Amino acid sequence: MLFREIILMAWSSLGANKLRSALTMLGITIGVFSVISVMTAIGALQNSIESGISFLGSNIFQFAKYPVNVDAGGETKKKFQNRRNITYRQALRYYELMQGNAPEICLKTFGRDLKAQAVYNGVKTTPSLTVVGTNGSFLTANAYTLGYGRNLNDEDVELARSVLVVGKMIERRLFPHETPIGKVIRMSGHTFTIVGVLAEKGTSFGQSQDDICIMPITRFFEDYGEANRTVNIATQPFSTELYNRTLDKGIGAMRIARGLRANQENDFEIYTNDSLKSAFISVAGVVRIGAFVISLIALLAAGIGIMNIMLVSVTERTKEIGVRKSIGARSRDILQQFLTEAVFISEAGGILGIILGVIGGDLLALWLKVDLIFPYGWAIAGLVVCSAIGIGFGFYPAYRAAALDPIEALRYE
Amino acid sequence: METLDESLNIRPHGRSVIEIQDITKRYVMGEEIVHALRGVSLRIHRNEYIAIMGPSGSGKSTLMNMLGCLDTPTSGRYEFNGKNVAEMDDNELAEIRNREIGFVFQTFNLLPRSTSLRNVELPLIYAGINPEKREEMAAHALQEVGLADRMNHKPNELSGGQRQRVAIARALVNNPSIILADEPTGNLDSKTGGEIMAVMETLYQRGHTIILVTHEADIARHARRTVHLRDGLIESDDYLPLMESEFAISSS
Repeated sequence: MLFREIILMAWSSLGANKLRSALTMLGITIGVFSVISVMTAIGALQNSIESGISFLGSNIFQFAKYPVNVDAGGETKKKFQNRRNITYRQALRYYELMQGNAPEICLKTFGRDLKAQAVYNGVKTTPSLTVVGTNGSFLTANAYTLGYGRNLNDEDVELARSVLVVGKMIERRLFPHETPIGKVIRMSGHTFTIVGVLAEKGTSFGQSQDDICIMPITRFFEDYGEANRTVNIATQPFSTELYNRTLDKGIGAMRIARGLRANQENDFEIYTNDSLKSAFISVAGVVRIGAFVISLIALLAAGIGIMNIMLVSVTERTKEIGVRKSIGARSRDILQQFLTEAVFISEAGGILGIILGVIGGDLLALWLKVDLIFPYGWAIAGLVVCSAIGIGFGFYPAYRAAALDPIEALRYE
Repeated sequence: METLDESLNIRPHGRSVIEIQDITKRYVMGEEIVHALRGVSLRIHRNEYIAIMGPSGSGKSTLMNMLGCLDTPTSGRYEFNGKNVAEMDDNELAEIRNREIGFVFQTFNLLPRSTSLRNVELPLIYAGINPEKREEMAAHALQEVGLADRMNHKPNELSGGQRQRVAIARALVNNPSIILADEPTGNLDSKTGGEIMAVMETLYQRGHTIILVTHEADIARHARRTVHLRDGLIESDDYLPLMESEFAISSS
């Protein structure tokens, strides 16, 4: 029998039960959608990370108390929580030891607990500004550039001046019609003079990077306290060639600053762009496996749905099968017909799932401001899996249809 | 025996289409073995019009299934156009049904969602004939049964008589060796039934071989030969004298 005929037959008999076919299809669509959307979003993220987005400024390495995935399990989390903070004293010691080995050493501490809100002339920002106590190297170390005004300098840090360099969003909100330079704003109970404004950086992974305020780290400690705060230290070597050597020196200096003996392990985390990338990729891998397993289960359930509906269909159409056989359909023709219907439902559901999944995943990618992708590999895999499900779960009903005795089938009412 | 047959046949036509010899069929139903046919021999020539009659349980349906190649005998020999059908497998039987036999059923058995044209095309699809040729052949068959203006109607838009004529068109579209009609008027009123029998007569006049399975003597009377079955055996096999057939008179 011609392939075209089989397709036409499948189409017309599925059309006869539109709602039923659509619902059965929906099961497959959901299964495929879940895997394709996750794979699209993660693929887009990974793509943009591998092709250049830097978590840190170029060539930078960083020391910190907590590893990237702090949200890990309970026991591991405790281990890091019980770790000593990196104090400003230790950070300064490191700073001294590394003088002459690195042009930029950024010490920074975050006021995540502050719920900082800046006020000027009665106008307020959102109460969720990122407040950082740091030094002049912050911009380089975190890939910011200065818009106008001036950066923090060593004197600001030494004298603990109440000065701020603010992000673009704060400028827009508080100073729509005037320059913020030299203006005094209030934030979390203290007053600061704005000396510089950062150039716009946009969002990264859905988070704005322009609602930031940076101040001298010494001022930060005086205003917001030094207890229970840990300092992150970012270091930029003189050149890419010196990266590994500088990293080794940095680790040595850090060990001295932390007062570690030779037999003690490092009690701090080392972040490099590579380590952050691989951390992301390993998380992405876990998410991928999760999405894959979940959608496989969903597809299995959908496949059982297909089998069920096909069995119903075979029973309903017993008479039709008898008629077809009496006018010369071979068992193989009947098998093909029912198998095609099952594969048709499955593929149609799969294609819909792929389209919706790519749209969904790419919308997420759009929101995260990364380049959109079409996951060809997963799309093809999706179609193959759908065919396999259609054939796998459609075979038994189709076989039952094909094996019907024409006499019995004709007599069926 | 053969010579006797030949002498009785009003229209000797050379080769026979169907030749069955001493066919038996046994079913196992639960604990019991049912002997549906106990040794039936029959020879049907080209362009015969034969009625098979018998009360229920006589083996009439079994014989019809056998003749229609829907079933194979337990023992005996069945030659269809010189080919031994008794030992054919499922695929070969399907091909015989497709090319050599046109079924007409009591309940019409049309596909409800397909138009007349599509219904008539169905055997041609399984025969692997290309779409253009198929449509032409189906349209021609519908014309022959007088339904040229009902090609794109679905069964539920047709009267019972029209449905049966679509079924007849489907039966003859592939130009089969025999048309096998099982109680073709059973679901129709007597007037429509008469019309259907007129169509059958026309087909017979055009040279088709028709096998009619019925329990109604009125219907069987249209045939030129009547085979009576009882308890799985042929009870009688009578050729009607040509002059007794009113259709033969009217059409000559």
